[in-house]
Amino acid sequence: MLTFDQVSKRYPSGKEALSGVSFNMEAGEFAFLTGHSGAGKSTLMKLIIAMERPTNGQILFNGENVNRISNSRVPYLRRQVGVVFQNHQLLFDRNVYANVALPLEIGGHRPSEIRGRVRAALSKVGLADRENHFPITLSGGEQQRVGIARAVVNRPPLLLADEPTGNLDPELSKDIMDLFLQFNQVGVTVVIATHDISLVEQIGNRRIDLNQGRLRDSKWPI
Amino acid sequence: MANLTASGASMSRQGLSDRFAAWGRHHRFVFKDALLRLFDTPLAAITTWMVVAIALALPIILYLLLNYAGTLRQDWDGSPRISLYLDRNVAEDVAGILTARIAARVDISSATLITKQQALAEFERHSGFGDILNSLPDNPLPALIEITPRSTSGGDIQLLLASLQQEELVEEVVYDAEWMLRLFTMLELAERLTLSIGIVLAVGVLLIIGNTIRLTIENRRSEIEVVKLVGGTDSFVRRPFLYLGFWLGLGGALGAWLVVQTSIGYLSGPIERLAQSYRNDFALQFLGIEETGLVLLGGSLLGVLASVFSVGRHLSRIQPK
Repeated sequence: MLTFDQVSKRYPSGKEALSGVSFNMEAGEFAFLTGHSGAGKSTLMKLIIAMERPTNGQILFNGENVNRISNSRVPYLRRQVGVVFQNHQLLFDRNVYANVALPLEIGGHRPSEIRGRVRAALSKVGLADRENHFPITLSGGEQQRVGIARAVVNRPPLLLADEPTGNLDPELSKDIMDLFLQFNQVGVTVVIATHDISLVEQIGNRRIDLNQGRLRDSKWPI
Repeated sequence: MANLTASGASMSRQGLSDRFAAWGRHHRFVFKDALLRLFDTPLAAITTWMVVAIALALPIILYLLLNYAGTLRQDWDGSPRISLYLDRNVAEDVAGILTARIAARVDISSATLITKQQALAEFERHSGFGDILNSLPDNPLPALIEITPRSTSGGDIQLLLASLQQEELVEEVVYDAEWMLRLFTMLELAERLTLSIGIVLAVGVLLIIGNTIRLTIENRRSEIEVVKLVGGTDSFVRRPFLYLGFWLGLGGALGAWLVVQTSIGYLSGPIERLAQSYRNDFALQFLGIEETGLVLLGGSLLGVLASVFSVGRHLSRIQPK
């Protein structure tokens, strides 16, 4: 469902964030994307949702060529990918409910359907009683879970998470990871970028490791 | 669990009618939301509305005043007129014969005699000095012949004037076209001035509303970024700002309408008196339903136009990072 073929990304500054990255993910897979900070993890994720365009190579998602996608098609690509951002990217001028409902409103769903799905997503991440709270009143872990609820509320086939356990203690990190595993069990393809190696080894799934823009894949070791 | 997330194949698909309904829903929501958000910062909103109102009201008032001046032109049929004031001792029947002779000339299209009595009656009617005239022993007004020349060219009229001057019974020849033409040239100048002021102020309105929208876009930058990240299309992102422009324009037009109506109320008294002194029954009218509609429509359109320009320039620069 997701294929990188010799993908390189060079920034205008001359820095090469990715060089010749190739991998393939089947629908329903669960993979970790690891590497030092600056190894290219964020760049790789940005390429998938067309926040950045590759300098070379091809990216295929669900049969669509992401690097040739027109700007007007980008929103429809993004609706198929749920993204949990490292900085949460929540809107602080509206409550938890409105934050989670945003992708559904953009998608044009019926208000009754939106209500049901938002409540289901919030109870899934354990925040059913917080829908009227504002993000500023929530802890970092709770904000992270609001971000997760928003990423999955639209039932996307692919879920990306950028350092979802970055600032959390080990116990909370484990809870968050369990959530992602549960989503994976119902068929969602999951990619999680993290530098928390102990957690990765504990779970033991496929690991795509980036080192200075180059790839080492545990599934197909070089 | 299963109803929360599912594999790609079951991701919800919507039919055309669903999407149309959603589109309508979002329009209705944003229509209201854009207005409500304006009231979140009432001082800023009112300031913009007032500036727009003044910028729109000024050309409208100028236009109405010019329209009033334009009625003067309608009273004049456009052909120059010459008045021959006859010697006061000319008898009425002699004046009649003279009128007939002048009317028969090839270079004259028509000649009408206004006798002493007619002149007196008219003077009484319009001046209000009838009592004074009645106290005089006899009618001090001369008879006159009003002539419309056949040619309107300056040279022909100069020749005609010179020849009429030669008439023995004629005391004075008065040609009224020159000051009329001068007045009309001034009116035309004023019209063009009003048009240029109108254009300049309309551009001003575009800039004012455009700038307000630019600031709002800046304030809602993070929201725009997040909406783009989770799959909002450009038109979805643009919509609130187009409605904001609409409300700013409509509110400004409403203010302008109020300013214009108040001004008309304030000016109508003196203008009616001025019109009466020119034997004109013109009265400044309040804006009717049609004109009100036109002002409101024009203002809203300007607002939307300003928004389109501003959004086009500033929105594409905001991309999620």
